[in-house]
Amino acid sequence: MTTAPPTGRRYRPPAPLGGRRRVESPKHRTAIAAAFLAPALIVLGLFTIWPMLSALRLSFTDASGFGEPEWVGLENYIEVFTDPDLLGAVTNTALYTVLFTPVAVAAALGLALLLNNPRLPFRSFFRTALFVPFVVSFSVAAFAWSYLVDPQVGLLNYWLRGLGIQLGNVLEDPNLAMPMVVLVAVWKLFGFYFVIFLAGLQDIPTSIYEAARMDGAGVWSRLRNVTLPMLSNTMAFVLVFAMIAALQAFDQIYVMTGGGPYGSTQTLVMEIYESGFRKLEIGFASALSYVLLVATLLLSLAQFVFFGRKEKDLA
Amino acid sequence: MSTARRSLRDLRPSTVLTTIAFVVVTAVVLLPIAIIVLTAFKPVAEVNAYPPSLLPEDWTLANLKTVTSELPFARLVGNSFVFAGGVTLFALIFDSLAAYALARLDFTGRKFLLIAIIATLMIPFQATLIPLYQLVADLGWVNTYTGLIAPRAADAFGIFFLRQFFLALPRDIDQAARIDGAGEFRIFRSIVLPNAVPALLTLGLFTFVNNWNDLLWPLVFTTDAEMGTITSGLTQLTGPSGIVPHGVMMAGSLIAILPLVIAFLFIQRRFIENIATTGLK
Repeated sequence: MTTAPPTGRRYRPPAPLGGRRRVESPKHRTAIAAAFLAPALIVLGLFTIWPMLSALRLSFTDASGFGEPEWVGLENYIEVFTDPDLLGAVTNTALYTVLFTPVAVAAALGLALLLNNPRLPFRSFFRTALFVPFVVSFSVAAFAWSYLVDPQVGLLNYWLRGLGIQLGNVLEDPNLAMPMVVLVAVWKLFGFYFVIFLAGLQDIPTSIYEAARMDGAGVWSRLRNVTLPMLSNTMAFVLVFAMIAALQAFDQIYVMTGGGPYGSTQTLVMEIYESGFRKLEIGFASALSYVLLVATLLLSLAQFVFFGRKEKDLA
Repeated sequence: MSTARRSLRDLRPSTVLTTIAFVVVTAVVLLPIAIIVLTAFKPVAEVNAYPPSLLPEDWTLANLKTVTSELPFARLVGNSFVFAGGVTLFALIFDSLAAYALARLDFTGRKFLLIAIIATLMIPFQATLIPLYQLVADLGWVNTYTGLIAPRAADAFGIFFLRQFFLALPRDIDQAARIDGAGEFRIFRSIVLPNAVPALLTLGLFTFVNNWNDLLWPLVFTTDAEMGTITSGLTQLTGPSGIVPHGVMMAGSLIAILPLVIAFLFIQRRFIENIATTGLK
Protein backbone atom coordinates (compact mmCIF):
# COMPACT_ATOMS: atom_id res chain seq x y z
CA MET A 1 0.00 0.00 0.00
CA THR A 2 1.50 3.22 -1.08
CA THR A 3 -0.68 5.92 0.35
CA ALA A 4 0.07 7.75 3.51
CA PRO A 5 -1.79 7.04 6.67
CA PRO A 6 -3.22 10.40 7.73
CA THR A 7 -1.41 10.31 11.00
CA GLY A 8 -2.50 13.81 11.90
CA ARG A 9 1.05 14.21 13.09
CA ARG A 10 1.75 17.68 14.45
CA TYR A 11 4.14 19.75 12.44
CA ARG A 12 7.12 20.59 14.59
CA PRO A 13 9.05 23.65 13.51
CA PRO A 14 12.77 23.02 13.23
CA ALA A 15 14.68 23.57 16.42
CA PRO A 16 16.44 26.93 16.39
CA LEU A 17 20.00 25.70 16.20
CA GLY A 18 21.33 29.11 15.34
CA GLY A 19 21.93 28.45 11.65
CA ARG A 20 22.00 31.20 9.09
CA ARG A 21 18.25 31.39 9.08
CA ARG A 22 16.48 34.01 11.11
CA VAL A 23 13.62 32.99 13.37
CA GLU A 24 10.30 33.51 11.61
CA SER A 25 7.33 35.26 13.09
CA PRO A 26 3.94 33.53 12.82
CA LYS A 27 2.87 36.32 10.47
CA HIS A 28 5.75 35.60 8.14
CA ARG A 29 4.94 31.90 8.15
CA THR A 30 1.32 32.63 7.31
CA ALA A 31 2.43 34.85 4.43
CA ILE A 32 4.58 32.06 2.99
CA ALA A 33 1.71 29.59 3.30
CA ALA A 34 -0.65 32.08 1.64
CA ALA A 35 1.69 32.32 -1.34
CA PHE A 36 1.63 28.53 -1.75
CA LEU A 37 -2.13 28.37 -1.38
CA ALA A 38 -3.19 31.38 -3.41
CA PRO A 39 -3.40 29.91 -6.95
CA ALA A 40 -5.51 26.91 -5.88
CA LEU A 41 -7.74 28.97 -3.60
CA ILE A 42 -8.39 31.56 -6.30
CA VAL A 43 -9.41 28.83 -8.76
CA LEU A 44 -11.64 27.03 -6.24
CA GLY A 45 -13.18 30.24 -4.96
CA LEU A 46 -13.87 31.78 -8.33
CA PHE A 47 -14.98 28.68 -10.26
CA THR A 48 -16.60 26.51 -7.58
CA ILE A 49 -17.65 28.50 -4.50
CA TRP A 50 -18.84 31.60 -6.30
CA PRO A 51 -20.95 29.70 -8.90
CA MET A 52 -22.43 27.62 -6.09
CA LEU A 53 -23.60 30.73 -4.22
CA SER A 54 -24.70 32.31 -7.46
CA ALA A 55 -26.86 29.28 -8.32
CA LEU A 56 -28.58 29.60 -4.95
CA ARG A 57 -29.52 33.22 -5.68
CA LEU A 58 -30.69 32.35 -9.22
CA SER A 59 -32.85 29.50 -7.94
CA PHE A 60 -35.16 32.03 -6.28
CA THR A 61 -35.61 34.07 -9.48
CA ASP A 62 -37.19 33.67 -12.90
CA ALA A 63 -33.87 34.30 -14.66
CA SER A 64 -34.05 33.40 -18.33
CA GLY A 65 -31.03 35.03 -19.90
CA PHE A 66 -33.20 37.96 -21.07
CA GLY A 67 -34.03 41.07 -19.00
CA GLU A 68 -33.65 41.53 -15.26
CA PRO A 69 -34.44 38.40 -13.25
CA GLU A 70 -37.28 38.84 -10.77
CA TRP A 71 -37.51 37.34 -7.31
CA VAL A 72 -40.08 34.53 -7.25
CA GLY A 73 -39.44 33.00 -3.83
CA LEU A 74 -39.86 29.26 -3.64
CA GLU A 75 -41.83 28.99 -6.88
CA ASN A 76 -39.11 27.05 -8.75
CA TYR A 77 -38.73 24.56 -5.92
CA ILE A 78 -42.49 24.06 -5.67
CA GLU A 79 -42.52 23.40 -9.41
CA VAL A 80 -39.76 20.77 -9.13
CA PHE A 81 -41.72 18.76 -6.59
CA THR A 82 -45.26 19.22 -7.93
CA ASP A 83 -45.24 19.32 -11.73
CA PRO A 84 -45.53 15.62 -12.69
CA ASP A 85 -43.24 16.00 -15.74
CA LEU A 86 -40.53 17.65 -13.72
CA LEU A 87 -40.96 15.39 -10.73
CA GLY A 88 -40.11 12.68 -13.26
CA ALA A 89 -36.48 13.86 -13.32
CA VAL A 90 -36.26 13.42 -9.56
CA THR A 91 -37.94 10.00 -9.51
CA ASN A 92 -35.94 8.77 -12.51
CA THR A 93 -32.72 9.79 -10.78
CA ALA A 94 -33.82 7.94 -7.66
CA LEU A 95 -34.70 4.87 -9.76
CA TYR A 96 -31.34 5.02 -11.54
CA THR A 97 -29.56 5.21 -8.17
CA VAL A 98 -31.54 2.30 -6.74
CA LEU A 99 -30.78 0.15 -9.80
CA PHE A 100 -27.15 1.16 -10.26
CA THR A 101 -25.75 1.12 -6.72
CA PRO A 102 -26.52 -2.45 -5.58
CA VAL A 103 -25.68 -4.02 -8.95
CA ALA A 104 -22.36 -2.20 -9.41
CA VAL A 105 -21.27 -2.65 -5.80
CA ALA A 106 -22.30 -6.33 -5.62
CA ALA A 107 -20.52 -7.12 -8.90
CA ALA A 108 -17.39 -5.32 -7.70
CA LEU A 109 -17.41 -6.98 -4.27
CA GLY A 110 -18.16 -10.45 -5.61
CA LEU A 111 -15.38 -10.32 -8.18
CA ALA A 112 -12.92 -8.86 -5.66
CA LEU A 113 -13.65 -11.67 -3.18
CA LEU A 114 -13.13 -14.29 -5.90
CA LEU A 115 -9.97 -12.67 -7.23
CA ASN A 116 -8.48 -12.50 -3.76
CA ASN A 117 -7.87 -16.25 -3.94
CA PRO A 118 -4.07 -16.63 -4.18
CA ARG A 119 -4.45 -19.89 -6.12
CA LEU A 120 -6.21 -18.18 -9.00
CA PRO A 121 -3.98 -17.99 -12.10
CA PHE A 122 -3.59 -14.78 -14.17
CA ARG A 123 -4.83 -12.57 -11.35
CA SER A 124 -3.10 -9.40 -12.45
CA PHE A 125 -4.34 -9.89 -16.01
CA PHE A 126 -7.95 -10.19 -14.83
CA ARG A 127 -7.55 -7.17 -12.58
CA THR A 128 -6.23 -5.00 -15.38
CA ALA A 129 -8.77 -6.23 -17.93
CA LEU A 130 -11.72 -5.54 -15.63
CA PHE A 131 -10.41 -2.04 -14.93
CA VAL A 132 -10.06 -1.07 -18.61
CA PRO A 133 -13.67 0.20 -19.04
CA PHE A 134 -12.92 2.85 -16.40
CA VAL A 135 -10.61 4.66 -18.83
CA VAL A 136 -13.19 4.53 -21.65
CA SER A 137 -15.44 7.58 -21.78
CA PHE A 138 -19.15 7.25 -21.05
CA SER A 139 -20.01 8.52 -24.49
CA VAL A 140 -17.81 6.01 -26.31
CA ALA A 141 -19.25 3.28 -24.06
CA ALA A 142 -22.69 4.49 -25.08
CA PHE A 143 -21.89 4.25 -28.81
CA ALA A 144 -20.55 0.71 -28.44
CA TRP A 145 -23.49 -0.53 -26.36
CA SER A 146 -26.03 1.15 -28.64
CA TYR A 147 -24.55 -0.78 -31.54
CA LEU A 148 -24.46 -4.04 -29.56
CA VAL A 149 -28.19 -3.82 -28.79
CA ASP A 150 -29.26 -2.39 -32.15
CA PRO A 151 -32.54 -4.16 -33.04
CA GLN A 152 -31.40 -4.96 -36.61
CA VAL A 153 -27.65 -5.47 -36.62
CA GLY A 154 -26.74 -5.64 -32.92
CA LEU A 155 -24.53 -8.60 -32.10
CA LEU A 156 -25.80 -8.93 -28.54
CA ASN A 157 -29.42 -8.86 -29.70
CA TYR A 158 -28.58 -11.54 -32.24
CA TRP A 159 -26.82 -13.81 -29.73
CA LEU A 160 -29.58 -13.43 -27.14
CA ARG A 161 -32.16 -14.27 -29.81
CA GLY A 162 -30.19 -17.49 -30.33
CA LEU A 163 -30.79 -18.22 -26.63
CA GLY A 164 -34.50 -17.48 -27.05
CA ILE A 165 -34.42 -14.01 -25.49
CA GLN A 166 -36.15 -11.33 -27.57
CA LEU A 167 -34.86 -7.92 -26.54
CA GLY A 168 -36.62 -5.90 -29.24
CA ASN A 169 -35.67 -2.26 -29.59
CA VAL A 170 -34.17 -1.70 -26.14
CA LEU A 171 -33.58 2.04 -26.40
CA GLU A 172 -37.10 2.72 -27.67
CA ASP A 173 -38.73 0.60 -24.99
CA PRO A 174 -39.83 2.67 -21.94
CA ASN A 175 -39.34 -0.37 -19.67
CA LEU A 176 -35.89 -1.34 -20.93
CA ALA A 177 -34.25 2.01 -21.68
CA MET A 178 -33.51 2.79 -18.03
CA PRO A 179 -32.01 -0.64 -17.21
CA MET A 180 -29.92 -0.29 -20.37
CA VAL A 181 -28.38 3.09 -19.48
CA VAL A 182 -27.78 1.75 -15.95
CA LEU A 183 -26.04 -1.30 -17.42
CA VAL A 184 -23.65 0.96 -19.34
CA ALA A 185 -22.81 2.79 -16.10
CA VAL A 186 -22.24 -0.51 -14.27
CA TRP A 187 -19.95 -1.65 -17.08
CA LYS A 188 -17.95 1.58 -17.01
CA LEU A 189 -17.62 2.01 -13.23
CA PHE A 190 -17.63 -1.38 -11.49
CA GLY A 191 -13.92 -1.92 -12.23
CA PHE A 192 -13.08 1.14 -10.15
CA TYR A 193 -15.04 -0.14 -7.14
CA PHE A 194 -13.57 -3.59 -7.73
CA VAL A 195 -9.97 -2.40 -7.32
CA ILE A 196 -10.93 -0.40 -4.21
CA PHE A 197 -12.39 -3.56 -2.68
CA LEU A 198 -9.26 -5.50 -3.65
CA ALA A 199 -7.08 -2.97 -1.84
CA GLY A 200 -9.38 -3.21 1.18
CA LEU A 201 -9.16 -7.02 1.16
CA GLN A 202 -5.37 -6.92 1.02
CA ASP A 203 -5.35 -4.77 4.16
CA ILE A 204 -6.97 -7.53 6.21
CA PRO A 205 -4.17 -9.31 8.12
CA THR A 206 -3.88 -12.98 7.14
CA SER A 207 -3.33 -13.88 10.80
CA ILE A 208 -7.03 -13.22 11.47
CA TYR A 209 -7.98 -15.77 8.80
CA GLU A 210 -5.56 -18.30 10.19
CA ALA A 211 -6.99 -17.83 13.67
CA ALA A 212 -10.51 -18.27 12.30
CA ARG A 213 -9.46 -21.40 10.43
CA MET A 214 -7.95 -22.87 13.59
CA ASP A 215 -11.25 -22.25 15.31
CA GLY A 216 -12.84 -24.36 12.57
CA ALA A 217 -14.57 -21.53 10.72
CA GLY A 218 -15.56 -22.54 7.17
CA VAL A 219 -15.49 -20.40 4.03
CA TRP A 220 -18.90 -18.82 4.67
CA SER A 221 -18.29 -18.22 8.31
CA ARG A 222 -14.96 -16.54 7.58
CA LEU A 223 -16.63 -14.37 4.93
CA ARG A 224 -19.47 -13.35 7.24
CA ASN A 225 -17.53 -12.94 10.48
CA VAL A 226 -14.12 -11.75 9.30
CA THR A 227 -14.08 -10.40 5.75
CA LEU A 228 -17.30 -8.40 5.59
CA PRO A 229 -16.93 -6.70 9.00
CA MET A 230 -13.30 -5.82 8.20
CA LEU A 231 -14.43 -4.37 4.87
CA SER A 232 -17.15 -2.14 6.30
CA ASN A 233 -15.16 1.09 5.91
CA THR A 234 -14.34 0.30 2.31
CA MET A 235 -17.95 -0.66 1.74
CA ALA A 236 -19.23 2.65 3.10
CA PHE A 237 -16.82 4.57 0.90
CA VAL A 238 -17.74 2.65 -2.25
CA LEU A 239 -21.48 2.88 -1.56
CA VAL A 240 -21.38 6.66 -1.18
CA PHE A 241 -19.12 7.01 -4.20
CA ALA A 242 -21.49 4.92 -6.29
CA MET A 243 -24.58 6.79 -5.15
CA ILE A 244 -22.99 10.16 -5.92
CA ALA A 245 -21.99 8.91 -9.38
CA ALA A 246 -25.57 7.77 -9.93
CA LEU A 247 -27.03 11.14 -8.91
CA GLN A 248 -24.91 12.79 -11.58
CA ALA A 249 -25.83 10.47 -14.47
CA PHE A 250 -25.79 12.30 -17.78
CA ASP A 251 -23.33 11.35 -20.54
CA GLN A 252 -24.52 7.96 -21.71
CA ILE A 253 -28.15 9.04 -21.40
CA TYR A 254 -27.52 12.10 -23.54
CA VAL A 255 -25.96 9.86 -26.21
CA MET A 256 -28.23 6.80 -26.05
CA THR A 257 -31.75 8.05 -25.38
CA GLY A 258 -31.68 11.83 -25.00
CA GLY A 259 -33.89 11.31 -21.93
CA GLY A 260 -36.51 9.27 -23.82
CA PRO A 261 -38.48 7.28 -24.65
CA TYR A 262 -41.37 9.25 -23.13
CA GLY A 263 -39.01 10.84 -20.61
CA SER A 264 -38.27 7.47 -19.00
CA THR A 265 -34.53 8.19 -18.72
CA GLN A 266 -34.76 11.93 -18.04
CA THR A 267 -32.49 12.42 -15.00
CA LEU A 268 -31.74 15.49 -12.88
CA VAL A 269 -28.61 16.47 -14.78
CA MET A 270 -30.34 15.86 -18.15
CA GLU A 271 -33.10 18.21 -16.98
CA ILE A 272 -30.57 20.80 -15.72
CA TYR A 273 -28.90 20.70 -19.13
CA GLU A 274 -32.15 21.00 -21.05
CA SER A 275 -33.87 23.63 -18.96
CA GLY A 276 -30.68 25.62 -18.40
CA PHE A 277 -29.06 25.49 -21.83
CA ARG A 278 -31.84 24.60 -24.29
CA LYS A 279 -34.95 26.28 -22.85
CA LEU A 280 -32.98 28.96 -20.95
CA GLU A 281 -35.13 28.55 -17.84
CA ILE A 282 -32.14 29.44 -15.73
CA GLY A 283 -33.95 30.06 -12.45
CA PHE A 284 -35.68 26.72 -12.63
CA ALA A 285 -32.51 24.87 -13.67
CA SER A 286 -30.72 26.45 -10.70
CA ALA A 287 -33.37 25.11 -8.34
CA LEU A 288 -32.77 21.65 -9.82
CA SER A 289 -29.03 22.15 -9.28
CA TYR A 290 -29.72 22.73 -5.61
CA VAL A 291 -31.78 19.58 -5.35
CA LEU A 292 -28.72 17.74 -6.72
CA LEU A 293 -26.37 19.62 -4.40
CA VAL A 294 -28.41 18.90 -1.28
CA ALA A 295 -28.80 15.22 -2.18
CA THR A 296 -25.03 14.93 -2.66
CA LEU A 297 -24.32 16.79 0.59
CA LEU A 298 -26.64 14.53 2.56
CA LEU A 299 -24.93 11.41 1.21
CA SER A 300 -21.47 12.80 1.96
CA LEU A 301 -22.49 13.83 5.46
CA ALA A 302 -23.89 10.37 6.09
CA GLN A 303 -20.48 9.04 5.12
CA PHE A 304 -18.69 11.43 7.48
CA VAL A 305 -20.97 10.49 10.35
CA PHE A 306 -20.40 6.82 9.60
CA PHE A 307 -16.63 7.19 9.38
CA GLY A 308 -16.55 9.37 12.49
CA ARG A 309 -18.37 6.68 14.46
CA LYS A 310 -16.12 3.94 13.09
CA GLU A 311 -13.01 5.80 14.07
CA LYS A 312 -14.30 6.30 17.58
CA ASP A 313 -15.06 2.57 17.79
CA LEU A 314 -11.50 1.74 16.86
CA ALA A 315 -9.95 4.19 19.28
CA MET B 1 3.94 -16.32 -13.94
CA SER B 2 5.13 -18.53 -11.11
CA THR B 3 1.75 -18.58 -9.39
CA ALA B 4 0.19 -20.02 -12.53
CA ARG B 5 2.71 -22.84 -12.73
CA ARG B 6 2.32 -23.72 -9.10
CA SER B 7 -1.45 -23.65 -9.26
CA LEU B 8 -1.50 -25.99 -12.26
CA ARG B 9 -0.17 -28.65 -9.94
CA ASP B 10 -2.56 -28.26 -7.04
CA LEU B 11 -5.65 -27.24 -8.96
CA ARG B 12 -8.82 -27.50 -6.97
CA PRO B 13 -12.24 -27.78 -8.60
CA SER B 14 -13.31 -24.46 -7.02
CA THR B 15 -10.25 -22.70 -8.48
CA VAL B 16 -10.98 -24.15 -11.91
CA LEU B 17 -14.56 -22.90 -11.69
CA THR B 18 -13.44 -19.45 -10.55
CA THR B 19 -10.94 -19.27 -13.40
CA ILE B 20 -13.61 -20.18 -15.92
CA ALA B 21 -15.95 -17.60 -14.39
CA PHE B 22 -13.27 -14.92 -14.70
CA VAL B 23 -12.55 -15.82 -18.31
CA VAL B 24 -16.26 -15.46 -19.12
CA VAL B 25 -16.70 -12.20 -17.18
CA THR B 26 -13.56 -10.72 -18.72
CA ALA B 27 -14.74 -11.67 -22.21
CA VAL B 28 -18.13 -10.01 -21.61
CA VAL B 29 -16.50 -6.89 -20.14
CA LEU B 30 -14.09 -6.57 -23.05
CA LEU B 31 -16.79 -7.24 -25.69
CA PRO B 32 -17.75 -3.56 -26.22
CA ILE B 33 -14.09 -2.66 -26.65
CA ALA B 34 -13.59 -5.52 -29.10
CA ILE B 35 -16.67 -4.34 -31.00
CA ILE B 36 -15.21 -0.82 -31.29
CA VAL B 37 -11.89 -2.06 -32.62
CA LEU B 38 -13.28 -4.71 -34.98
CA THR B 39 -16.20 -2.67 -36.36
CA ALA B 40 -13.90 0.27 -37.08
CA PHE B 41 -12.21 -1.89 -39.72
CA LYS B 42 -15.35 -3.47 -41.22
CA PRO B 43 -16.73 -2.49 -44.62
CA VAL B 44 -20.19 -0.89 -44.52
CA ALA B 45 -21.84 -3.95 -46.06
CA GLU B 46 -20.57 -6.17 -43.24
CA VAL B 47 -21.48 -3.66 -40.51
CA ASN B 48 -25.10 -3.73 -41.67
CA ALA B 49 -25.18 -7.41 -42.59
CA TYR B 50 -27.58 -9.88 -41.01
CA PRO B 51 -26.68 -12.09 -39.24
CA PRO B 52 -24.02 -9.86 -37.67
CA SER B 53 -20.54 -11.23 -37.03
CA LEU B 54 -17.81 -10.29 -34.61
CA LEU B 55 -14.80 -10.41 -36.92
CA PRO B 56 -14.50 -8.48 -40.18
CA GLU B 57 -14.01 -10.59 -43.32
CA ASP B 58 -12.39 -7.81 -45.32
CA TRP B 59 -10.45 -5.28 -43.30
CA THR B 60 -10.81 -1.70 -44.49
CA LEU B 61 -9.69 1.80 -43.53
CA ALA B 62 -12.78 3.37 -45.14
CA ASN B 63 -14.48 4.16 -41.81
CA LEU B 64 -11.43 5.90 -40.45
CA LYS B 65 -11.26 7.98 -43.63
CA THR B 66 -14.95 8.89 -43.45
CA VAL B 67 -14.89 9.97 -39.82
CA THR B 68 -11.89 12.19 -40.39
CA SER B 69 -13.73 13.93 -43.24
CA GLU B 70 -17.07 14.26 -41.37
CA LEU B 71 -15.48 16.10 -38.45
CA PRO B 72 -12.54 18.48 -38.14
CA PHE B 73 -10.91 15.47 -36.60
CA ALA B 74 -7.30 16.49 -36.15
CA ARG B 75 -8.55 19.73 -34.64
CA LEU B 76 -10.82 17.96 -32.12
CA VAL B 77 -8.10 15.52 -31.05
CA GLY B 78 -5.73 18.46 -30.73
CA ASN B 79 -8.30 20.33 -28.61
CA SER B 80 -8.64 17.28 -26.37
CA PHE B 81 -4.89 17.21 -25.84
CA VAL B 82 -4.79 20.93 -25.08
CA PHE B 83 -7.79 20.77 -22.73
CA ALA B 84 -6.94 17.58 -20.84
CA GLY B 85 -3.20 18.29 -20.93
CA GLY B 86 -3.63 21.93 -19.87
CA VAL B 87 -5.93 21.04 -16.99
CA THR B 88 -3.53 18.30 -15.88
CA LEU B 89 -0.49 20.56 -15.98
CA PHE B 90 -2.06 23.45 -14.07
CA ALA B 91 -3.85 21.22 -11.59
CA LEU B 92 -0.63 19.36 -10.77
CA ILE B 93 1.22 22.62 -10.14
CA PHE B 94 -1.50 24.41 -8.16
CA ASP B 95 -2.61 21.31 -6.23
CA SER B 96 0.91 20.37 -5.20
CA LEU B 97 1.69 23.93 -4.04
CA ALA B 98 -1.45 24.01 -1.91
CA ALA B 99 -0.87 20.47 -0.66
CA TYR B 100 2.65 21.40 0.40
CA ALA B 101 1.37 24.26 2.55
CA LEU B 102 -1.33 22.07 4.09
CA ALA B 103 1.00 19.16 4.81
CA ARG B 104 4.25 20.81 5.76
CA LEU B 105 3.81 24.43 6.77
CA ASP B 106 2.58 25.63 10.12
CA PHE B 107 0.23 28.59 9.86
CA THR B 108 -2.90 30.00 11.43
CA GLY B 109 -6.14 28.54 10.13
CA ARG B 110 -4.58 25.48 8.50
CA LYS B 111 -7.09 23.03 9.90
CA PHE B 112 -10.04 25.19 8.95
CA LEU B 113 -8.73 25.60 5.41
CA LEU B 114 -8.22 21.85 5.01
CA ILE B 115 -11.81 21.18 6.08
CA ALA B 116 -13.09 23.91 3.76
CA ILE B 117 -11.22 22.40 0.81
CA ILE B 118 -12.52 18.91 1.58
CA ALA B 119 -16.03 20.37 1.81
CA THR B 120 -15.83 21.66 -1.76
CA LEU B 121 -15.37 18.03 -2.83
CA MET B 122 -19.05 17.58 -2.06
CA ILE B 123 -20.21 20.23 -4.53
CA PRO B 124 -21.18 18.42 -7.72
CA PHE B 125 -19.77 20.15 -10.78
CA GLN B 126 -23.15 19.89 -12.51
CA ALA B 127 -24.75 22.04 -9.81
CA THR B 128 -22.43 24.96 -10.58
CA LEU B 129 -22.68 24.62 -14.34
CA ILE B 130 -25.04 27.50 -15.19
CA PRO B 131 -23.41 30.31 -13.16
CA LEU B 132 -20.01 28.94 -14.15
CA TYR B 133 -20.93 29.25 -17.81
CA GLN B 134 -22.22 32.79 -17.24
CA LEU B 135 -19.06 33.74 -15.37
CA VAL B 136 -16.81 32.42 -18.12
CA ALA B 137 -19.00 34.19 -20.69
CA ASP B 138 -18.74 37.48 -18.73
CA LEU B 139 -14.98 37.11 -18.74
CA GLY B 140 -15.16 36.82 -22.53
CA TRP B 141 -13.69 33.33 -22.49
CA VAL B 142 -16.34 31.31 -24.34
CA ASN B 143 -14.77 29.23 -27.12
CA THR B 144 -11.25 29.86 -25.82
CA TYR B 145 -8.80 27.39 -24.32
CA THR B 146 -8.46 29.66 -21.29
CA GLY B 147 -12.17 29.36 -20.56
CA LEU B 148 -12.11 25.62 -21.06
CA ILE B 149 -9.11 25.06 -18.79
CA ALA B 150 -9.23 27.75 -16.06
CA PRO B 151 -12.20 26.40 -14.05
CA ARG B 152 -10.38 23.09 -13.61
CA ALA B 153 -6.89 24.46 -12.94
CA ALA B 154 -7.08 23.29 -9.32
CA ASP B 155 -9.22 20.72 -7.65
CA ALA B 156 -9.96 19.68 -4.12
CA PHE B 157 -9.45 15.97 -4.72
CA GLY B 158 -5.94 16.55 -6.08
CA ILE B 159 -5.01 18.78 -3.15
CA PHE B 160 -6.24 16.22 -0.66
CA PHE B 161 -4.58 13.31 -2.48
CA LEU B 162 -1.18 15.03 -2.61
CA ARG B 163 -1.43 16.28 0.96
CA GLN B 164 -1.79 12.69 2.17
CA PHE B 165 1.26 11.73 0.17
CA PHE B 166 3.38 14.69 1.33
CA LEU B 167 2.52 13.98 4.97
CA ALA B 168 4.16 10.57 4.68
CA LEU B 169 7.47 11.79 3.22
CA PRO B 170 10.25 11.87 5.83
CA ARG B 171 11.12 15.31 7.15
CA ASP B 172 14.78 14.88 7.99
CA ILE B 173 16.12 16.22 4.70
CA ASP B 174 13.95 19.28 4.52
CA GLN B 175 14.74 20.20 8.11
CA ALA B 176 18.43 19.96 7.31
CA ALA B 177 17.87 22.11 4.21
CA ARG B 178 15.93 24.62 6.27
CA ILE B 179 18.77 24.91 8.76
CA ASP B 180 21.09 25.49 5.83
CA GLY B 181 18.91 28.43 4.89
CA ALA B 182 16.91 26.97 2.01
CA GLY B 183 13.59 28.74 1.41
CA GLU B 184 10.27 26.88 1.42
CA PHE B 185 9.93 27.03 -2.33
CA ARG B 186 13.32 25.46 -2.81
CA ILE B 187 12.49 22.67 -0.39
CA PHE B 188 9.20 22.12 -2.23
CA ARG B 189 10.83 22.04 -5.65
CA SER B 190 14.06 20.18 -4.99
CA ILE B 191 13.15 17.85 -2.16
CA VAL B 192 9.42 17.20 -1.91
CA LEU B 193 8.41 17.17 -5.60
CA PRO B 194 11.13 14.75 -6.80
CA ASN B 195 10.07 12.33 -4.07
CA ALA B 196 6.41 12.59 -5.03
CA VAL B 197 6.76 11.51 -8.66
CA PRO B 198 4.62 8.33 -8.31
CA ALA B 199 1.77 10.30 -6.72
CA LEU B 200 2.05 13.04 -9.35
CA LEU B 201 1.96 10.47 -12.18
CA THR B 202 -1.12 8.78 -10.79
CA LEU B 203 -2.97 12.02 -10.17
CA GLY B 204 -1.86 13.30 -13.55
CA LEU B 205 -3.22 10.32 -15.47
CA PHE B 206 -6.43 10.36 -13.41
CA THR B 207 -6.97 14.07 -14.17
CA PHE B 208 -6.09 13.62 -17.82
CA VAL B 209 -8.49 10.68 -18.27
CA ASN B 210 -11.36 12.45 -16.50
CA ASN B 211 -11.05 15.57 -18.61
CA TRP B 212 -10.39 13.83 -21.90
CA ASN B 213 -13.55 11.80 -21.29
CA ASP B 214 -15.68 14.63 -19.96
CA LEU B 215 -18.74 15.41 -22.05
CA LEU B 216 -20.86 17.98 -20.22
CA TRP B 217 -18.38 20.85 -19.82
CA PRO B 218 -17.04 20.92 -23.40
CA LEU B 219 -20.59 20.35 -24.63
CA VAL B 220 -22.13 23.41 -22.96
CA PHE B 221 -19.02 25.51 -23.13
CA THR B 222 -18.16 25.38 -26.81
CA THR B 223 -20.66 26.77 -29.27
CA ASP B 224 -18.07 26.70 -32.02
CA ALA B 225 -17.68 23.17 -33.45
CA GLU B 226 -13.98 23.89 -33.99
CA MET B 227 -13.47 24.30 -30.24
CA GLY B 228 -15.04 21.02 -29.11
CA THR B 229 -13.11 18.01 -27.87
CA ILE B 230 -13.08 14.58 -29.48
CA THR B 231 -15.50 13.37 -26.79
CA SER B 232 -18.03 16.15 -27.32
CA GLY B 233 -17.46 16.24 -31.10
CA LEU B 234 -18.34 12.57 -31.58
CA THR B 235 -21.75 13.09 -29.96
CA GLN B 236 -22.52 15.68 -32.67
CA LEU B 237 -22.47 12.82 -35.18
CA THR B 238 -25.39 11.07 -33.52
CA GLY B 239 -28.64 12.59 -32.42
CA PRO B 240 -31.47 13.91 -34.55
CA SER B 241 -29.31 15.78 -37.08
CA GLY B 242 -26.78 13.12 -37.92
CA ILE B 243 -27.54 9.45 -38.37
CA VAL B 244 -24.06 8.18 -38.94
CA PRO B 245 -23.23 4.57 -39.83
CA HIS B 246 -22.09 2.44 -36.91
CA GLY B 247 -18.78 1.68 -38.58
CA VAL B 248 -17.92 5.38 -38.71
CA MET B 249 -18.93 5.90 -35.07
CA MET B 250 -16.75 2.99 -34.00
CA ALA B 251 -13.82 4.37 -35.99
CA GLY B 252 -14.24 7.71 -34.21
CA SER B 253 -14.53 5.95 -30.85
CA LEU B 254 -11.38 3.97 -31.53
CA ILE B 255 -9.42 7.17 -32.11
CA ALA B 256 -10.95 8.70 -28.95
CA ILE B 257 -9.98 5.83 -26.63
CA LEU B 258 -6.63 4.89 -28.14
CA PRO B 259 -4.40 7.48 -26.38
CA LEU B 260 -5.92 6.71 -22.98
CA VAL B 261 -5.81 2.94 -23.29
CA ILE B 262 -2.17 3.05 -24.38
CA ALA B 263 -1.18 5.42 -21.56
CA PHE B 264 -3.10 3.27 -19.09
CA LEU B 265 -1.47 0.02 -20.19
CA PHE B 266 1.95 1.59 -19.65
CA ILE B 267 1.47 2.57 -16.03
CA GLN B 268 -1.50 0.40 -15.15
CA ARG B 269 -0.16 -1.50 -12.16
CA ARG B 270 0.96 1.52 -10.16
CA PHE B 271 -2.03 3.54 -11.32
CA ILE B 272 -4.57 0.95 -10.17
CA GLU B 273 -2.86 0.51 -6.82
CA ASN B 274 -2.57 4.23 -6.11
CA ILE B 275 -6.12 5.01 -7.18
CA ALA B 276 -7.51 2.08 -5.23
CA THR B 277 -5.95 3.12 -1.96
CA THR B 278 -6.83 6.83 -2.09
CA GLY B 279 -10.35 6.15 -0.98
CA LEU B 280 -9.39 4.16 2.02
CA LYS B 281 -7.19 6.36 4.03
